Amino acid sequence: MLNIENLHVSVGDKPILKGINLQVKPGEIHAIMGPNGSGKSTLSHVLSGKSGYTVTQGQVTYEGKDLTEMAPEIRAREGVFLAFQYPVEIPGVSNIYLLKAALNSIRKHQGLSEVDAMDFLTLIKEKVRLLEMDEKFLYRAVNEGFSGGEKKRNEILQMAVLEPKLCILDETDSGLDIDALKVVAEGVNSIRSPERSFVMITHYQRLLDYIKPDFVHVLAHGQIVKSGGPELALELEEKGYSWVENKQAA
Amino acid sequence: MTTQTASRYTAEYSKIETTLPGGSLPWLRALRSDALKQFSGCGFPSLREEEWRYTNVSGIEKNLFEPRLEPSDNQIDKDWLENYRLADCWQIVLVDGYYSAEFSVLAGLPENVTIKSLKESLEAGDGQIEPYLGKAVGIDEHSFVAFNTAWFTDGAYIRIPAKTVLDKPVQLLHVVTDPNRLAATRNLVIAESMAQAQVIETYVGVDQAYLSAAVTEVFVEPNADLTMIKLQCESEKAYHFGGTYVKQARDARFNHHNFAFGSLLARSDIHSDLSHGSECHLNGLYLGVKRQHLDNHTRINHLEPYGISRELYKGVLDGRARGVFQGRVVVAEDAQKTDSEMNNRNLLLSNDAEADTKPQLEIYADDVKCAHGVTVGQLDEKSVFYLQSRCVDEETARNMLTFAFANEMVTKITQKSLHDLVLAEVLKRFPQQGIMQDWL
Repeated sequence: MLNIENLHVSVGDKPILKGINLQVKPGEIHAIMGPNGSGKSTLSHVLSGKSGYTVTQGQVTYEGKDLTEMAPEIRAREGVFLAFQYPVEIPGVSNIYLLKAALNSIRKHQGLSEVDAMDFLTLIKEKVRLLEMDEKFLYRAVNEGFSGGEKKRNEILQMAVLEPKLCILDETDSGLDIDALKVVAEGVNSIRSPERSFVMITHYQRLLDYIKPDFVHVLAHGQIVKSGGPELALELEEKGYSWVENKQAA
Repeated sequence: MTTQTASRYTAEYSKIETTLPGGSLPWLRALRSDALKQFSGCGFPSLREEEWRYTNVSGIEKNLFEPRLEPSDNQIDKDWLENYRLADCWQIVLVDGYYSAEFSVLAGLPENVTIKSLKESLEAGDGQIEPYLGKAVGIDEHSFVAFNTAWFTDGAYIRIPAKTVLDKPVQLLHVVTDPNRLAATRNLVIAESMAQAQVIETYVGVDQAYLSAAVTEVFVEPNADLTMIKLQCESEKAYHFGGTYVKQARDARFNHHNFAFGSLLARSDIHSDLSHGSECHLNGLYLGVKRQHLDNHTRINHLEPYGISRELYKGVLDGRARGVFQGRVVVAEDAQKTDSEMNNRNLLLSNDAEADTKPQLEIYADDVKCAHGVTVGQLDEKSVFYLQSRCVDEETARNMLTFAFANEMVTKITQKSLHDLVLAEVLKRFPQQGIMQDWL
């Protein structure tokens, strides 16, 4: 599904990612862990198409297509979803209309007709219940005045409604208390399927207690320095990032 | 601009002087004569005056806009005018500076409520006008006020008696049908004590150059609650000078919504004097495109204690448009416990657009809460990307964010027909309006 080969990315003249290799197959969950400044967020931004990053080497293909050539909205319509680390407040645009517009543009992209208003409402209400959100959130402006936890839930709600193929979760666990973390994790687990893949970017291991990854990769200094199974996350938690960083230096 | 220009207008004055209403009233003759003197002495405002430093009115020099000497029998495009007529409102229509009985809708108005032509009321010798006319604003305020005072041909006279809650809003529809016409109107709005009403001023005109010069004096008496909305949709070739001058008595509430969309050059002054415990809310939205120049000037005078004022003006400027906001809040020495907030936010959509913003606080009391804030900026790129990552293409995302910025001011209008009209006028000025409507 997603194939990253020798990816080098710079911001201005400064290289951030220095040769990332990653293969994500349908249905897999990959966790990317790493200390601050290792390039985790850059990777999520590059995958979702944020401007300001230059790919200097390597390639990223998604379902066989060059992802870096696509505008952000095209990636989204093709099924790439980024759950933001810092979801943006959009005053004046209501949550429910953004969801509807997004869903309809995906359907249009797929050559389908617009979603029926009643079907849409039924779908949305089901997802809202799943994420233990108040329906009132739907009619509020996108993320405006939401608490940190509410914003993260809202990201997962969007993900649940849009049913992407590749979900990138950028530090979704940050700023969540344990109850909110459980709800968010349940939301993610509920949409797991053999076709849907996840790339979870996180600083801490605790999210992985609730969403079990198939693979764990450690990112340091712009490179994946170690890959393994879920046990790697536990080892990291115990020994700290200096363990892998030192290992790389040695 | 210069006294020479003023004299061009002044020289024409004798032609119309005898046709102006109230010639038989000594107090009004004296007021007009003082105003004419004041105007002849100063001329139109110059850029050298602090309150006019961003707005060059020399365009009025080039055209000598002429007033009509009597009501017009011009054929009005009724279908066009219909767009601006609000359902469920009492309507008083002024055409080229004169009251039009034909277009006004006043049948069934409660007997104790006054909505009529100022000219007719003056000519009928209504003694209730003298204590108010010229009392909310003096001829020395600025020369457009002097000009209006000397030149006004007619206007709306609206009086809501004490303890009366008006069941429908009053729409004052100001229409200019002729090129190169001067339409100078003077309106008087009085909400007597404990009255409650909504008055909507709508300014429109043919797609030509003309000059609208309107002064509205407003008196909100003790405990009265008055909401006024000004929708300025003049032709893109027109000049508009409109001032609303308010006197709020003890515990009176005044809300104002100012939508400045039309005109080549528009200047709007909203001033209010607050008394003990009065509350004043000023909202504004200016949308400038092409070479429009939209100047918004507000002043809130807290004269006595316990007054509350809230102000939010937003501007969206595209093309080579220029928006001006000068907001002044004065808290007098006696006005302790004043609570005041003023905000002005500007969105620039092009490199050639310009926003000049100048909030001013003058505080002479020592126990007050006053805040102000100003922003001038572009669309937030993080927001654009966020919408893109939710499948919205970049152009739509930008339009959507701009629209949402402006729409905050539109959603403050609760009356349905007016809300829809304002919204339609906003959408007209946006590309992709079909998509915007889907999003609403």
